[in-house]
Amino acid sequence: MRIGVVQFPGSNDERDAVWALEQLGADAELLWHGDADLRGVDAVVLPGGFSYGDYLRCGAIARFSPVMSSVVPFANDGGLVLGICNGFQVLCEAGLLPGALVRNAGLAFVCDAVDVVVENNELPFFTRAEAGDVLTIPIKHGEGRYVADPAELARMSDDGRIVLRYCMPDGSVAPEANPNGALDNIAGVCNSARNVFGMMPHPEHAVDARVGIGSSDGAVILGSLIDAVVGAEA
Amino acid sequence: MSLTGRDLALSLALTSDEYDRIVSTLGREPNNTELAMYAAMWSEHCSYKSSKVHLKTLPTEGERIVLGPGENAGVVDIGDGLVAVFKLESHNHPSAVEPVQGAATGVGGIVRDILATGARPVAILDPLRFGDPDTWRNRWLLGGVVSGISQYGNSIGIPTIGGEVKFDPTYAGNPLVNVMCVGIATREQIQHATATGEGNVCLLLGAKTGRDGIGGVSVLASRPFDAEAEAKRPSVQVGDPFEEKILIEACLELIDRGLLVGLGDLGGAGLSCAISETASRGDVGMDVDLDAVPLREADMEPFEILTSESQERMFAIVEPEHADEAIEVCKRWGVPAVPVARVARGSLLTIRHRGSLVASVPPRSLADEGPVYERPMARPDWIDVLRKDDPLALPRPVDLGATLLEIVASPNVASKEWVWRQYDYLVQHNTLDGPGGDAALIRVEGSDCALAVSTDGNGRFGQLDPRVGAMHAVAEAARNVACTGARPIAITNCLNFGNPERPDVMWQFAEAVAGIGEACRAFDTPVTGGNVSFYNETDGESIHPTPVIGMLGILDDSSKRLDIAFKNEGDVVVLLGETFPELGGSEFAWAIHRHLGGTPPEVDLDRERELQELLVALVDEMLIASAHDCSEGGLGVALAECAIAGAVGARIEAAAEADEAHVWLFSESGARAVVTCSERDLAKVRKRAGDFPITVLGTVGGESLAIEGVLEVPVEQLAEASERIPTS
Repeated sequence: MRIGVVQFPGSNDERDAVWALEQLGADAELLWHGDADLRGVDAVVLPGGFSYGDYLRCGAIARFSPVMSSVVPFANDGGLVLGICNGFQVLCEAGLLPGALVRNAGLAFVCDAVDVVVENNELPFFTRAEAGDVLTIPIKHGEGRYVADPAELARMSDDGRIVLRYCMPDGSVAPEANPNGALDNIAGVCNSARNVFGMMPHPEHAVDARVGIGSSDGAVILGSLIDAVVGAEA
Repeated sequence: MSLTGRDLALSLALTSDEYDRIVSTLGREPNNTELAMYAAMWSEHCSYKSSKVHLKTLPTEGERIVLGPGENAGVVDIGDGLVAVFKLESHNHPSAVEPVQGAATGVGGIVRDILATGARPVAILDPLRFGDPDTWRNRWLLGGVVSGISQYGNSIGIPTIGGEVKFDPTYAGNPLVNVMCVGIATREQIQHATATGEGNVCLLLGAKTGRDGIGGVSVLASRPFDAEAEAKRPSVQVGDPFEEKILIEACLELIDRGLLVGLGDLGGAGLSCAISETASRGDVGMDVDLDAVPLREADMEPFEILTSESQERMFAIVEPEHADEAIEVCKRWGVPAVPVARVARGSLLTIRHRGSLVASVPPRSLADEGPVYERPMARPDWIDVLRKDDPLALPRPVDLGATLLEIVASPNVASKEWVWRQYDYLVQHNTLDGPGGDAALIRVEGSDCALAVSTDGNGRFGQLDPRVGAMHAVAEAARNVACTGARPIAITNCLNFGNPERPDVMWQFAEAVAGIGEACRAFDTPVTGGNVSFYNETDGESIHPTPVIGMLGILDDSSKRLDIAFKNEGDVVVLLGETFPELGGSEFAWAIHRHLGGTPPEVDLDRERELQELLVALVDEMLIASAHDCSEGGLGVALAECAIAGAVGARIEAAAEADEAHVWLFSESGARAVVTCSERDLAKVRKRAGDFPITVLGTVGGESLAIEGVLEVPVEQLAEASERIPTS
């Protein structure tokens, strides 16, 4: 069981993702952006950072990298792909997830602990969670405001593809809980096949409560991913 | 360049005497290219010509010191075969002219200094000083600097874990943007900025060389500011954090593969500095081919190529048989790497451009044999007038609760969360305590220990007494580190002063350096290096002398770390140390009365050291639950901050006589910390303290900070006051 974490030039959280997955018992390795060979990994994580400097638009250049030419068919064949922060932006740019991530409403970068509520746990990334669970996970981004056109949004909502929303500590979804102006407080969405999931908060920065914001709630998501990979093998 | 010779020298900020010195070194008149190199390398910024004689007096030896001043950054042993590398540097002048790029390239520059030692940069801290936030210009500078640090620091994947933001009108025309970077390496990874081995290849790595930043060190950093400052904007460099990020990764891979003979960064004075410093240290010559340097504009003159301060470049020396592999590693990361020079026999830099020899100078004369000045010093008369104006004579506040709220809400004391939440303080997953506490703490991978880092400096104390002010800066930085449980081990510094050609400024500088030396000797925290920033003045007005100290500490067992927050209802609140009637230079005097006068609190270095040792012992024996040092705003602010952080109040019974309560609350006496412990452990705390004076103040609990007979303020109200954001 191996999970690949893609390293783009400008990725910043790729080593953090490998470390977090290893803390949770997974075998994780870096995949080089310039190499289209996924080396037979069982799941792919696209990490946070500023791939290719995030020039043009966040993730806009990364989607054309050789590794993505393999990640897209891997995802279309049902392979598990998790995009975190910049990785979420790359997934949107690559057309694997709908919508886009634009400049925060406050026009500034925000690094902070936020609460997100699990709206739907029926996907491989949330088997360790119940719907309605509130997770405390940090965000750190300047362009994390999720937007999508109304028709798409309605379809996603009906289909249970809005997976995480920024919420108050009690789980209620309120404008005060929205750190970046995201549409309907959306923090994470998945595709209709449920195998591709993108989120702005960083679960890899919340697996060890001794560091960072003092939460290990990110282990729920990364642990679910590991379970899914192990389960598929068994 | 239509000027030549002496006229050109003068226009490049060299003096007539310095020109004569160049002529006597070379035994001939320098050509224009050579002159431009000397002007850059002999600038105050690069040569430390006014500060050297004083800096020599600082203590630099210690059992943990692996590399001290003179290298790119100080290197200290942290055990387990690991070293920590750290340095603090200024980017004041560029930031005053163009705050976003000035601050961004300040981050980029110090990060490359750390990288040049072979270490992975693991933390950034930014001590910042601005004019009062009530003018649009100061807010523009503040917003720009914060956004520059945020854009650049976040993009290169290094956590910004601390720093300071302070305000005083003295910095209105000349803000201070100091940046500290910390790196970690194994002993084997340590690199030296030294060129050796005849025939070895010198690679220029990274960005193309352009016309940005030409004259940065001589025009911007080494002259006073005036109304024409805006016209200096073209001297400010422009940064590209993506180039820096891939440059960092490429260099770290070159180091991991053991491909390097030497590594240097290109900062102030650009290529001139890199070639002359590495050649001088290795006692070699170098043949440099300027045609090989990748340029942004084809028609750049030799002097422009040599003094350009284009960002995101490094200088690597490799053996010829490793050159191809090194270039290949860089290529994989998307980093151009081009051979631009060869190490040569002899001791001459021989620089060619388009087939002709454009410069032929001894590297040592550029890098190490610049002028050294013992500038005249004089204690200014105005300081006596200032020191006689004792704030103990200021009117006593009627409502001390309201006064405390006003101080908590003052720009200097108020929470800076709105600043640091724009910084990524989490990346690299080692942040134990980020910004907002006494010192920031990062875990060291491959070890149980943590590094504690704090930056401190109080310009008001410096103005009243530069020597005592500097000692306070060292003492406060050490206290902050010790409050987490870490043992202070070494410092770096950034000395921000006015024009060294003025005797009163030079006196302030000499006094401050003496104070730093005295404190560092007393604490056994050697000086590993640092940076001097002179000419911080606008239209003839100097800034307050502002030595900023970056203190590094080690906490052997990172799981024992403490923060400032009150934890448990019923815990006993204890003051370690004694409070004296000392309001000179205090936040109370400034925030409430706009008063700066009197003498700063006395410094008792022995007492400070005892306090550091006591704190380290109390944390190690797990006898206390929180610790916070008393500094700006005194005991009153310290108690308020502990309560806000813990979201719980305290009932304080012990207080001074009612009519002296404001002095007791807001005095900024040194060598003090507020700690809490359980009732059960109090006796052990007393025993451990021994002769060190401690006072039981009261107990943690309730929803307000209540000081019997003095004030009672709800914690929620204190938090609200602290978080009031200056309007923009």
